Amino acid sequence: MRFDTPATTNPIDQLKIIGKPTDRIDGPLKTTGAAPYAYERHDVVPNQAYGHVVGAAIAKGRITSMDLAAARRAPGVLAIVTAENAGRLAKGNLNTATLLGGPEIEHYHQAIAVVVAESFEQARAAAQLIRVDYVRAAGRFDLAAVKDSGRPAPLFSGPADTAVGDFADAFAAAPVQLDATYTTPDQAHAMMEPHASIAAWDGDRLTLWTSNQMIDWTTGELAKTLGIAKEKVRLISPFIGGGFGGKLFLRADALLAALGARAAGRPVKVALPRPLMFNNTTHRPATIQRLRIGATREGRITAIGHESWSGDLPGGKPEAAVQQTRLLYAGANRLTTTRLAELDLAEGNAMRAPGEAPGLMALEIAIDEMAEKLGLDPIEFRILNDTKVDPEKPDRPFSQRNLTQCLRLGAERFGWSRRSARPGQHREGRWLLGMGVAAAYRGAPVETSGARIRLDGSGMVTVETDMTDIGTGSYTIIGQTAAEMMGVPLDKVVVRLGDSSFPVSAGSGGQWGANSATAGVYAACVKLREAVAQKLGFNAAEVVFADGEVRSGNRRVPLAEAAGESGLLAEDRMEYGDLDKRYQQGTFAAQFIEAGVDAATGEIRVRRMLSVCDAGRILNPKTARSQVIGGMTMGVGAALMEELVVDKRLGFFVNHDLAGYEVPVHADIPHQEVIFLDEADPTTSPMKAKGVAELGICGIGAAVANAIHNATGLRVRDYPITLDKLLDRLPAVG
Amino acid sequence: MPKLTLTVNGASHELALDTRTTLLDALREHLHLTGTKKGCDHGQCGACTVIVDGRRINACLTLAVMHEGASVTTIEGLGRPEAPHPMQAAFVKHDGYQCGYCTPGQVCSAVAVLDEIKAGIPSHASADLAASPQVTAAELRERMSGNICRCGAYSNIVDAITEVAGRQA
Ligand code: FES
Ligand code: FES
Repeated sequence: MRFDTPATTNPIDQLKIIGKPTDRIDGPLKTTGAAPYAYERHDVVPNQAYGHVVGAAIAKGRITSMDLAAARRAPGVLAIVTAENAGRLAKGNLNTATLLGGPEIEHYHQAIAVVVAESFEQARAAAQLIRVDYVRAAGRFDLAAVKDSGRPAPLFSGPADTAVGDFADAFAAAPVQLDATYTTPDQAHAMMEPHASIAAWDGDRLTLWTSNQMIDWTTGELAKTLGIAKEKVRLISPFIGGGFGGKLFLRADALLAALGARAAGRPVKVALPRPLMFNNTTHRPATIQRLRIGATREGRITAIGHESWSGDLPGGKPEAAVQQTRLLYAGANRLTTTRLAELDLAEGNAMRAPGEAPGLMALEIAIDEMAEKLGLDPIEFRILNDTKVDPEKPDRPFSQRNLTQCLRLGAERFGWSRRSARPGQHREGRWLLGMGVAAAYRGAPVETSGARIRLDGSGMVTVETDMTDIGTGSYTIIGQTAAEMMGVPLDKVVVRLGDSSFPVSAGSGGQWGANSATAGVYAACVKLREAVAQKLGFNAAEVVFADGEVRSGNRRVPLAEAAGESGLLAEDRMEYGDLDKRYQQGTFAAQFIEAGVDAATGEIRVRRMLSVCDAGRILNPKTARSQVIGGMTMGVGAALMEELVVDKRLGFFVNHDLAGYEVPVHADIPHQEVIFLDEADPTTSPMKAKGVAELGICGIGAAVANAIHNATGLRVRDYPITLDKLLDRLPAVG
Repeated sequence: MPKLTLTVNGASHELALDTRTTLLDALREHLHLTGTKKGCDHGQCGACTVIVDGRRINACLTLAVMHEGASVTTIEGLGRPEAPHPMQAAFVKHDGYQCGYCTPGQVCSAVAVLDEIKAGIPSHASADLAASPQVTAAELRERMSGNICRCGAYSNIVDAITEVAGRQA
């Protein structure tokens, strides 16, 4: 099915099941420990051996020798795979560094061996016996030091450089100007389930039970890396313990399980040890961002320029931190540039809201600073510069954009009028209190997505698609979509996900999953409805599916009977025309924070949080709210604690575990409020939905920073905002 | 290999284990009770929380052979999909989870936290160490802080625990 004109009324609009805050259908399994994750599949294949991954101890250079003899003799050892004995391996199109290093080493903790043994303890102990000699090469590990060597690098959403009007002149002429530089650090996904896989060969066919967001990509990447046909590889990933972009790609656990299983001649399971994950896998790259904004005295932006520098391994990609600045505020003269320098740290790649999350951390402080210079309320300044059209292409409208409404509603609900424009005015005992706001923007892309639907003789509807549920609620909203379309209750729908033998879906990434995958299910349901109507001799245009029946005129037939003994099967996918070119499709939010800063110690506590979201139709307000609060929580982490600290001499992330890399815990997060505007965007798909999974993180970092400024009068432009960055500037106490 | 008897969720098990095997791996790899999760394997995340002889512990931080004769309650022992524990049902109702990977640990911790409060054990958030602690959001957040949820379900988890505590009171 092709979606190339805006949706009109369709069965989803009944909203009998879609749009309801239904409990997750996978909830009983997850809350009782009955949902099986990749490493836990004792049920699928017998005789599983254990693989332990060894990581490189240098960041850049060569292995000169590897002595495996002692490890080979260790109790229980079945096989050791290194680059030397692995056979020819290609590199996946989506990997920047090879997944099995040696003799060349590209980054610290790049995998260099997997030791396979009868037990986990034996594999781990034997791995310690491998002796490796290296020759270190000089590496580049300091972004600030190499940034000027950066080259223009295109983003996934556009060219490296963009310019409209004459930025330089307009900025120079602006009566009110801001020119400030911000930094965001390297960050880790730190999903709770480590990357894990079980591999089993049957002749030349490989089955991999794994934890991966993108089944079709990764099936192809594994086949390519191993040099076998994609048809020979099957991936199964029904439950995924978090991803956030860290499980978009083929990673070392999967490849080394496959290689280990081949070498040992039996199934092998591999999980990356937590302390290996931070330097072995991908991370969100650090950025340095310069923002220049010029405005009239009344507060109209006349010039806005955003330049960003980031680093990655040779052949890698930039962090697209400028992309939202092309779209968020009006202004006739505009400029963005993106420069990518080479760094020899682990591969940088997508993490929840790649680009926008760090980009808005900078832009939305700059907007707050500008409002302060202008003597305007930061909400009024944003509203004054709101736009209904793409600021670079004024004849291209946003399909929907209710940012002003989000800001106004949020201000009212949050009690913004109690905020003092002058910082440092509110004190409660030892706490300096402040409020901050930021706008959030994230695109609403859609991707081709397919599904297969079976209706059986008992009236059960079974949906199969290789879509994944990484905590996003895919199982539930896909079930709701099929139930709504086929006119059955949700408990008559079975949803099966995450298997490469199912139709290819959009997968979980880029906030496109919910809308794309449910639209694919919609397409398959339309086909199934046609098949039912045809079988019964009903006119497909008039037929109604409701209450487990098919109705046409005064005829009504139970679905189960329509399906008959043999059942009915339909498969289709949703493809898209150029509506995303004709309209700028995006999601918006206004995010509010109240923070307290201890006047003596500089300790920062987030006290209240609110997001007001404009994100199309909300398919399930319960799971959507969870996506937003999850993003808000990660945003607090980005604001206050998350930073992969780089050892600039030896070239690695020092704090590579969950004690050193701090993420928010219960005590860091207050009650969170989320409001969704009641919208449906007919340009995005027949579902009229968008996505919210990444929107929630986008503005929080800056909103926290702005609240801290409002509390203390101190402006910190280098994330994370830790108390040491405030302490020497706080007003004297006692 | 040393022999060991463990009572897990009421059933007695005889195990012969490597001395290096953690209680977590004894459950997951030997008894195939995979509801208890491994998030870090060294005491930094709480995903492996189980209740041993009435106290919650990180099962990854303790060797199985140290628990001869112990009685262990895991997530599977609290309830099943068809017959959930009230805490499990409250997590579903309040959507106190997303990917589900930290969830068994959160649920086991939550059940134990309410027992700890009932037993009068104070926490860092208790203003008066001698007074009986109450089920407040601050107490719950403090006591639950050893259980990381990277999906960020904290706000909903506290709602779920609060509801169960109210029902119990
Ligand atoms: S697995 Fe035990 S605390 Fe993380
Ligand atoms: S539900 Fe995913 S980490 Fe908590």
